[in-house]
Amino acid sequence: MARAITPRKKIMWTALAWGIGLLIFFPIMWTFLTSFKSEATAISDPPVWFIFDWTTENYSAVLARSNYPLALTNSIVIAVGSTLLGILIAVPAAWAMAFVPGKRTKDVLLWMLSTKMLPAVGVLYPLVLIAKYFGVMDSRILLVVILMLINLPIIVWMLYTYFREIPGEILEAARMDGASLKNEIIYVLTPMAVPGIASTILLNIILAWNEAFWTILLTTVNAAPLTKFIASFSAPEGLFYAKLSAASIMAIAPILIMGWFSQKQLVRGLTFGAVK
Amino acid sequence: MATEHSKSSARIMIAPAVFVLLVWMLVPLCMTLYFSFADYRPLRATFDAWIGFDNYVSFLTSSSFLSSVVTTLQMVAGILVITIGGGVMLALLLDQPMFGQGIVRILVIGPFFVMPTVSALVWKNMFFNVDNGLFSYLFKFFGAQPYDFLSQAPLLSIIVIVAWQWLPFATLILLTAVQSLSSEQIEAAEMDGASPLSRFWHIILPHLSRAITVVILIQTIFLLSIFAEIFVTTNGAFGTRTLTYLVYQRVLESQNIGLGSAGGIIAVILANIVAIFLMRIVGKNLDN
Repeated sequence: MARAITPRKKIMWTALAWGIGLLIFFPIMWTFLTSFKSEATAISDPPVWFIFDWTTENYSAVLARSNYPLALTNSIVIAVGSTLLGILIAVPAAWAMAFVPGKRTKDVLLWMLSTKMLPAVGVLYPLVLIAKYFGVMDSRILLVVILMLINLPIIVWMLYTYFREIPGEILEAARMDGASLKNEIIYVLTPMAVPGIASTILLNIILAWNEAFWTILLTTVNAAPLTKFIASFSAPEGLFYAKLSAASIMAIAPILIMGWFSQKQLVRGLTFGAVK
Repeated sequence: MATEHSKSSARIMIAPAVFVLLVWMLVPLCMTLYFSFADYRPLRATFDAWIGFDNYVSFLTSSSFLSSVVTTLQMVAGILVITIGGGVMLALLLDQPMFGQGIVRILVIGPFFVMPTVSALVWKNMFFNVDNGLFSYLFKFFGAQPYDFLSQAPLLSIIVIVAWQWLPFATLILLTAVQSLSSEQIEAAEMDGASPLSRFWHIILPHLSRAITVVILIQTIFLLSIFAEIFVTTNGAFGTRTLTYLVYQRVLESQNIGLGSAGGIIAVILANIVAIFLMRIVGKNLDN
């Protein structure tokens, strides 16, 4: 029995929800608008909203003058690279734990999760030392490896929860038909696992893209991704609202779009299956 | 129906993940532990491998430690209150019938995907700035004096920034929990004449309690290591120096590795106390 909903109530809820939604989204919206203003318009008193000379000069200025393209490349390499490396290590592990669970599987999973809770600052100096020892300070490979390690527990957990939902009878049926373990994996399990792996990749690219401890402290110029690039705008010469806005929009736009697609996976991935 | 053969291949498949995480956890942590008992100040070329618990004593007894713990607790508590309170209300609101629910959801979730340095700088310059920030215009519009948020109320400013980033996370998880509430139960209560407030208090809130606990624990773990937001706004000044930030300053700014490492170990221990509770809940859920 569905509850009766009066149109008036529905309109009231709609107005309230849209109002609050727009309020929460406002800082992003305002940054977007400011990125198309001239620097003078950006700080005009009173602030202008929609009616101004829209210009894309801030975007071309950020693209041309600064090391934005390098930072963008670094962000992509680090986020995608660390995620794929993590997937490579996590898929077999999650697979084995989901399909051949042993007595210790639960302990291993929980232990992996516990590594995620280690405060980064507790191992900051050793990491700097190790990086210097191997001559990889300010290199992409260092960030790829570190971000992979940070997110590996989440990747394993997410994959594990997805794999566990694949019914075991299908495997048995394939085995009855005489499929070898290799064929079983390639032809039966992989197609069923692809959606789960894809969502895991998506969420982890987002997490790696926005990571702002190691990326800020272990890079200077060469491997500096967008997080570090934007942080450089806090220096006095960076106090140009329109250009700051343009750089910000370029840094968050791709991830914002990916994020909207991964809302559902977010809950699963970040609560480790504790809330479904 | 696992055979011995599949068990041993399972072990091989798990091994790489366990190995890298074991190395990642043990090697740097042991180094930190080692340094925490040493007098190690590279800038002064001082290295004395064993000075006992001196670093721990001087870290724990310094006034900056106590104030950093207080700051950390205030910051985490403030953010939790805003995100949980706001999250519960938003989740209940988003669960109501309305037009364009999907779009509202997208608007609400947006801040979570903004990288910390961007949100901190946008808030710092375009909202909090005393000369050109939007809040100053707003204050002037209502005939009030513009307020310099980041120097007058720096802790509150950072709480606002970080709460804005985490509100979507709390909302999304609590919304998932709200949606799993059976409508029959609510309807039954409605028929029995329960008021909206008592429905909220006796049915909805108990149902949400587990999700709220999970949100609190996960957020606490992430919030204990807030860094970028402080780094680009106040740089730890004006009473915004959290424990994480204090350790960072000892290690990288003043290069007192021994003292900083002792602080790092203390941070690890404090974080672990929270982690144990989270692990219990997650572990229980794994059995079902």
